[in-house]
Amino acid sequence: MRQVVHIFRKEFSAYFISPIAYIVIAIFLLVTGWFFFATFFLFNQANLRAFYALLPVVFAFVIPATTMRLISEEINVGSDEILLTMPVTFRDVILGKFLASVALVVAMLIPTIAYPLTVSLMGQLDWGPVVGGYLGAIFLGAAFSAVGLFASALTRNQIIAFIIGLAVCFTLTLIDKMLYFLPQSLLGVFAYLGADFHFQNIAKGIIDSRDILYFVSICFVGLYGAYLALLQRH
Amino acid sequence: MIQVKNLTKYYHTLCAVDQINFDIQKGEILGLLGPNGAGKTTTLRMLTGYLQPSSGNIQVKGLSVDTHILEIKKMLGYLPESAPLYHDMLVYDYLNYVAAIREIKGDQKLARIRRLADLCGINEVMHQPIGELSKGYKQRVGLAHAMMNDPEVLVLDEPTSGLDPNQIVEIRKIIKEIGKEKTIILSTHILSEAEATCDRIVIISQGKIVADGSSESLKQSAGGKNIMYLSLQNADFAPLQESLADINGIENISRISETDSVLNIRLAYQSTDDLRPDVYRKIKETDWILLDFHQETQSLENIFRELTKES
Repeated sequence: MRQVVHIFRKEFSAYFISPIAYIVIAIFLLVTGWFFFATFFLFNQANLRAFYALLPVVFAFVIPATTMRLISEEINVGSDEILLTMPVTFRDVILGKFLASVALVVAMLIPTIAYPLTVSLMGQLDWGPVVGGYLGAIFLGAAFSAVGLFASALTRNQIIAFIIGLAVCFTLTLIDKMLYFLPQSLLGVFAYLGADFHFQNIAKGIIDSRDILYFVSICFVGLYGAYLALLQRH
Repeated sequence: MIQVKNLTKYYHTLCAVDQINFDIQKGEILGLLGPNGAGKTTTLRMLTGYLQPSSGNIQVKGLSVDTHILEIKKMLGYLPESAPLYHDMLVYDYLNYVAAIREIKGDQKLARIRRLADLCGINEVMHQPIGELSKGYKQRVGLAHAMMNDPEVLVLDEPTSGLDPNQIVEIRKIIKEIGKEKTIILSTHILSEAEATCDRIVIISQGKIVADGSSESLKQSAGGKNIMYLSLQNADFAPLQESLADINGIENISRISETDSVLNIRLAYQSTDDLRPDVYRKIKETDWILLDFHQETQSLENIFRELTKES
């Protein structure tokens, strides 16, 4: 388990040694900040609902971009041979990289605390949904990280990894908005599959075990998929 | 120390390593030779746990790679071909990371990194990104990586490829130095290197072992074919051929070149007796001037070429 910590530390600092973290965080803040405050004064309500509505779509773009290199770059450069012949297991590698990505999501969210602080100066802000929203955002980020990591384990090409990750995250985000194609009887099942649906539940300030369970299962499926993809390669 | 039994690896339907068997003793430097695509790297990758064998088994100190891979990885140090390292990390950060994964703690860590930096000669590049290093330095960093845990078994895949002659000599010196107390397995396709550094040579061709032994014993078992080279002044090829053909055992006389009045010839013979006195006596009878006269036993190159010829 100690190996997970070493790999996590290395991967997390790799984000900040290269320009990746700075670019991704800057773009994330620009996009969310612009879209949130552009309509904020029109609604004239002191809440973060517009920000949370935006978050899943932005995450679906940004997170696969940060996870795409995690495994596929190692396969491409050949450094996986160095990593996997040291005394580490696939589990250590995958968990370490996954946690590094989740930590980057947290680092990305920290500056956005300025949004609720700004809003609270202008009106009565209900902090319950705000805290719930942040908790939900971390779960959402973790789930998308797991999906991105899985996509990265599938191929040695980072661009393909990005596109696969983006496609899956985007589908998970939008699936509950495309339900009008489907027969009535299947609605419940597909609505349950939507990441946005569960995230918005948490963002309302209601922490339901079903929503948590959803995100945990997505993480598990993604990470297990990555594990199988690595196993297959060897 | 290491036992390899019926080791086989298939890539889909392609058989890369086919039922190979060998043992490695403690303290031995073993050279794995073979043409490109013979299965050297695949064998080493299975030994280090990077690839899983399709069938067969490898045991290191009685532990099997199937069940105790983590313990084996702790005993091994591995330098993969062309040292694929993390390009954006600094050399020091990288070695620090490796030391952390190898569970070397606190003061020992810094001391170990210093010692390896001295040994591998990478002190002056410690604070450069690995991606900016020349191939030789990258190889040395890779070697430092492989030796971080002071491994009992050091596995090196083409450790001198891409290095300049000075660096090759240095790396060989390091290998010899470590080889005094450690077991080393190295793969190469440079025969002189194997001859110079290894106690024992295993030649692989198309996934099979075709020869196994010290370079001396390989040369002997190849049939003891000897070749003599002569340079003569004022000689003609035809009479020379006639007079030397009398000597018992000579198989082949051929002209290499003829310039001005100097004739260069090559004599091949298959005999356990030394035929040099006979040849010399024949030449002494004439008025030819002997400029050069030397004999070679069959070189490792020839043995290698014969054993690994495509059938």
